[in-house]
Amino acid sequence: MTEKFTKSMARNIYYGGSFFFLLLLFGLTLDTVRQLPKRDHRENITTAVAHGKELWENNNCIGCHSLMGEGAYYAPELANVFDRRGAGNEDAFRGYLRGWLNAQPLDVPHRRKMPQFNLTDEEIDALSEFLIWTSRIDDNNWPPNIEG
Amino acid sequence: MKFESQMVAKPYFIFALILFAGQILFGLLMGMQYIDGDIGFPDIPFNVARMVHTNLLIVWLLFGFMGASYYLVPEEAETELYSPLLAKIMFWVFAVAGVATILGYLLVPYAELAKLTHNELLPTMGREFLEQPTITKIGIVIVCLAFVFNIGMTILKGRKTVINMVLITGLIGLAVFFLFSFYNPENLVLDKFFWWFVIHLWVEGVWELIMGALLAFVLIKVTGVDREHIEKWLYVIIAMALISGLIGMGHHFFFIGPPEYWLWMGSIFSALEPVPFFMMVLFAFKMVNERRREHANQIAITWAKGTAVMAFLGAGVWGFLHTLAPVNYYTHGSQLTAAHGHLAFFGAYAMVVMCIISYAMPIMRGRPQGNSINAQKVERLSFWLMCLSMIGITLALTAAGAWQVALQRLPESGDALSFMSTQDELVSFYWARLGFGVMFALGLVTYFVSFFVFQEDPIKQEVTQAIA
Repeated sequence: MTEKFTKSMARNIYYGGSFFFLLLLFGLTLDTVRQLPKRDHRENITTAVAHGKELWENNNCIGCHSLMGEGAYYAPELANVFDRRGAGNEDAFRGYLRGWLNAQPLDVPHRRKMPQFNLTDEEIDALSEFLIWTSRIDDNNWPPNIEG
Repeated sequence: MKFESQMVAKPYFIFALILFAGQILFGLLMGMQYIDGDIGFPDIPFNVARMVHTNLLIVWLLFGFMGASYYLVPEEAETELYSPLLAKIMFWVFAVAGVATILGYLLVPYAELAKLTHNELLPTMGREFLEQPTITKIGIVIVCLAFVFNIGMTILKGRKTVINMVLITGLIGLAVFFLFSFYNPENLVLDKFFWWFVIHLWVEGVWELIMGALLAFVLIKVTGVDREHIEKWLYVIIAMALISGLIGMGHHFFFIGPPEYWLWMGSIFSALEPVPFFMMVLFAFKMVNERRREHANQIAITWAKGTAVMAFLGAGVWGFLHTLAPVNYYTHGSQLTAAHGHLAFFGAYAMVVMCIISYAMPIMRGRPQGNSINAQKVERLSFWLMCLSMIGITLALTAAGAWQVALQRLPESGDALSFMSTQDELVSFYWARLGFGVMFALGLVTYFVSFFVFQEDPIKQEVTQAIA
């Protein structure tokens, strides 16, 4: 860098730039939080959905699966599992999830294994509610197709 | 070493490296589980191995940053550390809490751990990288506050250099943004949105300040270049890091619920995120070229250049590869993310910690001019083994990710392959990744060996010092 560009100029860019963009981030965060109710359909968060999220967390599901693309990449995406396995039918999906979770770990040699979490039917239904609710978040049409 | 109290850094560095070894061990296990799902199951299921792998990474880097700060802040401030005793106590608190948490992951089912630690009182567990029980998180906050206090008081009573000020800003940011980990609302979208205020604002925000400060310190020491000059570069680099990185956080908001304008904001600003890393490369090479002394610790110089280059590749190039919203629509949450994550964390943070260790450890062990030529040769071999194998891992995962996108994401529903079938198609890439993982582990063993290579006898070392 040439001598015309001094340390105090560099310092001012740092302080000025980061202060400005910190303020901008703050403003955008406020705006996002204000707009989110239109996109996250929070009015549909029932006790069961909240309980489902708690179970999702307490069993560390994110340690293998992704949810809206975030998490681990060892097991399938689950934000759209309701669309994939339930095909829009909530009852069918609840039935499917009960069967699937109770069948774990599958006795298929060398296949990636999902542990048996010993959840009650009521708990599995809460997980279903949580995943159904999640599938209806406006996430700019991600993923590109049903396979997630 | 100018001040007695800098020695408190030593146990931090040693423990960081022990945890690093643990991280790699669990990485290898996961590398195998990617190929054969029966391995380790049900004793160590994949989710447990991953949690241990990523949490060990975070904790050893924090130990590394703390050790680095305890070493360099007194030297920069030209005064003894405010309280070496507090630093020693916090070392043990953090070490015990860290080890207990990892053992908790390994010994009891996660749901049991949540129950034992009363997660229901303040639920914070079960989110990626923030899996620690709430009580551990509170412990982390206490350790960070005590650490920032200790460092802050040292700076207050001493010389306030730019390096110290940038470092303390980064450390305060680290402590403050971690507080977002305690916010876990029922609403998944809000949860995810503010989760990034810890994760992104750490690794693409304040950690870059810490990295810049550590790199600048080592460069001043090994090149003897005028401080003013180095500080000017440091300011510009961290200015670009924050200018691009703060709004660049938008690249995480594309597909998790926030409004559409983030598609634009995130793409544009995160496309600038490689700039500070590119400047670090220019910085490191230029300072070394303009050096005013020949420091005998050549390997520390290699690490300094290496961390800049690898961080630019991992965080800069591999980040840019999938950061634009139209690309990310197809690559989000694929093996490409894993490729980027591995190279970026290793290049930027693992390597900058090894850089400062490479510079400071010999001094703390009574070898101010660096280790013997033989020890440096072994360390150089480990440097190349680790760097090349990490590039290998990254290329294998990049190929896996590209093929995954082609099979699973690009085709329309109906034609696309399912996740599990796609994974079966990727096995050869996972074998390659595992092979490079083994090579990395060998590199790490070589690195450890370099600490124990026969040193020149003390008299010769004194003579070398006298000449230098």
